[in-house]
Amino acid sequence: MISKVWIEKNSYYDSVTLMQVSSKIKSLDGVEEAMVAMGTRANIEQLHRIGFEVEEAPNDLIIAVRARDEEALNTARKTVNELLLEGEGKEKKETIRPASIEAADKALGGANLVLISLPGRYAHREAHKALDMGKHVFLFSDNVPVKQEISLKKKAIEKGLLTMGPDCGTAIINGVALAFANKVPQGGIGLVAASGTGLQEVTTIIAKLGEGITQAIGTGGRDLSSKVGGLMMIAGLKALQRDENTKVIVLISKPPAKEVAEKVLSEVKNSSKPTVVCFLGGDPEIAEKYGAVPAITLEETALKAVALLRGEDYVEQGLSKEEEEKAIELGKKIPLSRKYVRGLYSGGTLCDETMLILSDKMGKPIYSNTPLKEEWLLKDPWKSFENTILDLGDDIFTQGRPHPMIDPRLRQERILEEASDPEVAVICFDVVLGYGAHPDMAGELAPYVRKAREISKDEIAFVASVCGTEDDPQVLSVQVKKLEDAGVIVLPSNARSARFIAKLMEGRC
Amino acid sequence: MAIEDIFGKELKVINLGLEGFAKDLEKQGVNVIHVDWKPPALGKEDLIKLLDRLEPYKDRINEANNKAIRALLDAQPTIVGLGKAIEVIPGMDERTFLHAGPPVEWDRMCGPMKGAIIGGLIYEGLARDKDEAEKIASSGKIKFSPCHHHDAVGPMAGLVTPSMPVWIIEDENSGKRAYCTLNEGLGKVLRYGAFSAEVIERLRWMERTLAPALSEAIKIKGRINLKTLIAQALQMGDECHNRNKAGTSLFIREIAPALVKAGLASEVLSSVLEFINSNDHFFLNLSMPACKCSLEAASGIKWSTLVITMARNGTDFGIRLSSMPDRWFTAPAPKVKGLYFPGYTDEDANPDIGDSAITETAGIGGFAMAAAPAIVKFVGGTVEDAFNFTLRMYEITLAENNSYLIPNLDFRGTPTGIDLLKVIEKGITPNINTGIAHKDPGVGQVGAGLVEAPMKCFEDALKAFVEKHISEEEG
Repeated sequence: MISKVWIEKNSYYDSVTLMQVSSKIKSLDGVEEAMVAMGTRANIEQLHRIGFEVEEAPNDLIIAVRARDEEALNTARKTVNELLLEGEGKEKKETIRPASIEAADKALGGANLVLISLPGRYAHREAHKALDMGKHVFLFSDNVPVKQEISLKKKAIEKGLLTMGPDCGTAIINGVALAFANKVPQGGIGLVAASGTGLQEVTTIIAKLGEGITQAIGTGGRDLSSKVGGLMMIAGLKALQRDENTKVIVLISKPPAKEVAEKVLSEVKNSSKPTVVCFLGGDPEIAEKYGAVPAITLEETALKAVALLRGEDYVEQGLSKEEEEKAIELGKKIPLSRKYVRGLYSGGTLCDETMLILSDKMGKPIYSNTPLKEEWLLKDPWKSFENTILDLGDDIFTQGRPHPMIDPRLRQERILEEASDPEVAVICFDVVLGYGAHPDMAGELAPYVRKAREISKDEIAFVASVCGTEDDPQVLSVQVKKLEDAGVIVLPSNARSARFIAKLMEGRC
Repeated sequence: MAIEDIFGKELKVINLGLEGFAKDLEKQGVNVIHVDWKPPALGKEDLIKLLDRLEPYKDRINEANNKAIRALLDAQPTIVGLGKAIEVIPGMDERTFLHAGPPVEWDRMCGPMKGAIIGGLIYEGLARDKDEAEKIASSGKIKFSPCHHHDAVGPMAGLVTPSMPVWIIEDENSGKRAYCTLNEGLGKVLRYGAFSAEVIERLRWMERTLAPALSEAIKIKGRINLKTLIAQALQMGDECHNRNKAGTSLFIREIAPALVKAGLASEVLSSVLEFINSNDHFFLNLSMPACKCSLEAASGIKWSTLVITMARNGTDFGIRLSSMPDRWFTAPAPKVKGLYFPGYTDEDANPDIGDSAITETAGIGGFAMAAAPAIVKFVGGTVEDAFNFTLRMYEITLAENNSYLIPNLDFRGTPTGIDLLKVIEKGITPNINTGIAHKDPGVGQVGAGLVEAPMKCFEDALKAFVEKHISEEEG
């Protein structure tokens, strides 16, 4: 062992830095003892204690090292220099993030909306906190108890705030897309919807028609249940009625309980603004009774809203002539032994709309994991039967894997599986664009469509629609082209896609 | 307010949960902050239930806490003078020795605490040597009592014996007083459990020379406001717990002219000034009682969840609440994570000890880490770390200090007033800057670093708080 002491005259470093340097030097290979310190009396005493003879010199830096050999000593000396110079040009660490709504609110200088996608059992606490602080809430989380939903919505209404959700997937507030939503131009139509993809489909069709929206308020799927009683739809509706920029109002939901439907519609009755009501698959008469304009499909909803905005008459839009001819032509090409349609949907409401149109036009049972009629429930959702249309965003499919709007794998696999079935004539699906959705779903599905066409010797028709706009991050036309290049027939709306399929399937048993 | 009020306004969004949603908002040019969210109470269901039970009483708790934090912020800690412990400290008698932290019996005391008591007995002339002192200490003849039960605080072992001179500090707003011994300096000192002849000799010098000189000087100078001294020290790079260079310097400026005027013999004057000047931590024994009397003003407020005490005796860590000031909630004292003086490792370290966490409790010390970039090495090494250290504490405190400001954070007030409910809900415990004592008596300080208050203290306090307040309320 050899010892050495270096003295740097009049070099000041703070004691904490030097303590850290000392401990690093001590941990070097071959170093037995080391102390790097200012030569204060206390430090000199320490140095004596560990066997270094040094004179007191408070303004000098003392570097004392005992090591195995000369080489280790030199390394230690060099390392001291490096460590003392360290800190310059060091990469800056990210500043701490706020750990609570309160701290974030402070950092933002006053937020006005809180977006919550936490696990359900924690979500309502934070939502309550946000409302107590006077913030609007967008509650993406599911598995929030209905009791909490009611108390959150009541609190929000009392305070003049929105509680969008729980289980709300979509909203557009002041042109900003929240969670899964599209970039839709500003315009004169205001919407309230209890259905996420329903809202996306209607707003994007409005955009495709050249119009825009004021607000698209989501309520969460349970809002129009008899327990919740349409609390947020009514509150949203009233806000749009009072909003001077909103000229036409649209309400979208699955058919609500009768008393809830009447409660909501009685608010429509008192309003001077034209209101299009789409209770998808429900009885249109009740809406008419209250002075609303009923719409059966999502596409019809958008068309009627735009017509009302423009002061034009609504013209029913069937398939175009070319579309109809193409459907018939394809129908002739596909062997008659292929009898069934298989639908693989990521949007629940788009799945519903497809089933409604197909069952109406084809007059046959449409099996599903979320069927229109109880007796059409698939025994095994992982195995299609006759005409099957699936909502792959349903809980049974999303256990342990992301939603099919984000994760293409389930649909990729299922496309190949359906294509191997010799009785399949049509495979149809949706592609939902916008914020939150996969950056290139069409690009992910296209190669599997090609493979499926090979498997089926090109005897299957692939039909799809893309829910999105040109301004979406994925760009509507880019996604459509990727699908068309793979041989998919892309229709401009989900309803049109369903009607196209129905036409194609005419004449099959 | 009405829902449509938000229509047309710029959205400012707080995002909790999936970070992708925040990124999508950013892409749209929206002002959004993603929260680093953790489950409340770290997901412990029993604690969440307790928090939920308190929900209906939120207004009452807020009101009580506002009152408590007002008292803390309005406090004007001031040096009144010096006195002899037995004469000025309430409840002190010839047989009472005060110590740091929650109550602890001789058998359970840690090495440095025992060492300090041995030194105290020798200093008081009650024992001649270690063996005799240990016999007396274990005989029950001496009553050991926490400083905190006598309006006092003490760093490390915190030993106060009847003859020791103590600072008398008063919150001039509430009239509450606090007491603390004079700081002995670094190296071998009683508060780290050293009791050799030089230690005792120094204590006697402090009693006979230092204290009378300072006492005389203060009589000449008049009361010295500590709030402004602490505020200035924070702006000069102290956090007033682990760094007291600026505070000590400011104190010398305050006292030196009066010391000179006191007409002391020149060797006395020079020895007094030299002693204070050579001890960077001289001011610690002023900042601590300043914090103590300020927190005493906030004590005893029903329904308040303000933490008024965090203290350690080297065996246990304990906290107390404003609403239940007579109850300690304790857990084993944790080890300090820190840097060691050469020749020592964490195996030499005693668990956390001392009343000095009173500084963090009052909103300085570790909570003001961002003000003290010179000692950032204790918290990770960069100035950024020091900022984050302070920023994190805003999550668990009730207020931002109106006097103690941090220049580096645009003069934001230090995070002040620990709220039990926020600690539990956010799962963030207070961080404390502290010195590390050797586990054996007589060795002294071996390093310094950081310690986190044990969550168990807070969990037990919450249970007791709910039990006391709600069962009283609901019969």
